[in-house]
Amino acid sequence: MANTQIAEEQSSSEVSSKTVTLKIAKFNPEHDSGTQFVDFKVQYERWTTVLDAILDVKEHLDHSVAVRYSCRQASCGSCGMKINGRPRLACFTKISELDSDVITVEPMNNYPIVRDLVVDLEGMFDTHKKMKPFIINEDSEITNTKEFLQTPEQIEEYIQFANCIKCGLCNSACPTMATDSSFLGPQALTQAYRYVADNRDKGKNERLKIIDESHGIWRCHFAGSCSQVCPKGVDPAMGIQLLRGYLLGFRK
Amino acid sequence: MRESIIMKIHYGTALGAVVLVAVHVLFRITMMSYGDSLQYENVIANYKFVPYAIMLELILVLLSVHGFNGLRVILIELKQGKSYEKAVTYGCLAAMAILIAYGSRTILLTSMGMT
Repeated sequence: MANTQIAEEQSSSEVSSKTVTLKIAKFNPEHDSGTQFVDFKVQYERWTTVLDAILDVKEHLDHSVAVRYSCRQASCGSCGMKINGRPRLACFTKISELDSDVITVEPMNNYPIVRDLVVDLEGMFDTHKKMKPFIINEDSEITNTKEFLQTPEQIEEYIQFANCIKCGLCNSACPTMATDSSFLGPQALTQAYRYVADNRDKGKNERLKIIDESHGIWRCHFAGSCSQVCPKGVDPAMGIQLLRGYLLGFRK
Repeated sequence: MRESIIMKIHYGTALGAVVLVAVHVLFRITMMSYGDSLQYENVIANYKFVPYAIMLELILVLLSVHGFNGLRVILIELKQGKSYEKAVTYGCLAAMAILIAYGSRTILLTSMGMT
């Protein structure tokens, strides 16, 4: 019975090989005045991802398409781009799930464009580093040969925020980042919360001081688009609100 | 001043203004008909009643502080730059002070019968 089902699925997938129009944004800031969209017809199967399609174009139709990728399994956060107007990971988005005959791929918003679909994430990494993304604790696990034991409840406080892969989709979707280039952004603020909420960490006051500035945590309008686009299920909007609780005195 | 203190003031003034404006509106519609409450003599009488004049002064201060800080926030989100942000902050503070001074003058003069 199971074999028949698999055979049926295989035969239906063979039949379902379709064609889609891939519109790729092409822009080189060194000599182009504006973005141009180039259309490519590509064949896809049920399992074909947008990244697969882009790489197919790059291999067979236009070698000059610039795209950044690495792991192909939503772990490295390299292939973030705008797919049909929404920031997504190209390796984690199947063409079949988009339910459209035209797939438009553009570079992410709120980042300087390096070329075509590649954006400069340096600014995001800088603000990430500013948050001191490490455990600050003078009692070292190594020198004192002492384990920092945590209960499941203590881990629950921050664990979802530790899933961030620094893909930058949240910053790209953030409406505040679109106008305020100095805003720390949901990625950095969420990482600040991840460490502040970790009971092993003693750097809470240092981090709260960093985020409590005119372009810091208070500029978040709680639009929630960061949480909508996160491919790892992190909820930056909630992290930011919980972090505000420390500054307003609701949380200790 | 730290941004968290400014924002605590911002949220506090919003809550305070909502409460006091609600009291103000309730006074307008419960003491007499709304139309009558806006008659010249009745308005002047409100100003001459000292607790009410104090409440009006408080509403003026709360709304000015909240409104101009809101304007500062919007302006620094629209454009960035050290000198620009400094100009926006001091500009908003000055505008707030002028508005409070002008409004307070009106409340004070009217409550003392100098109209």
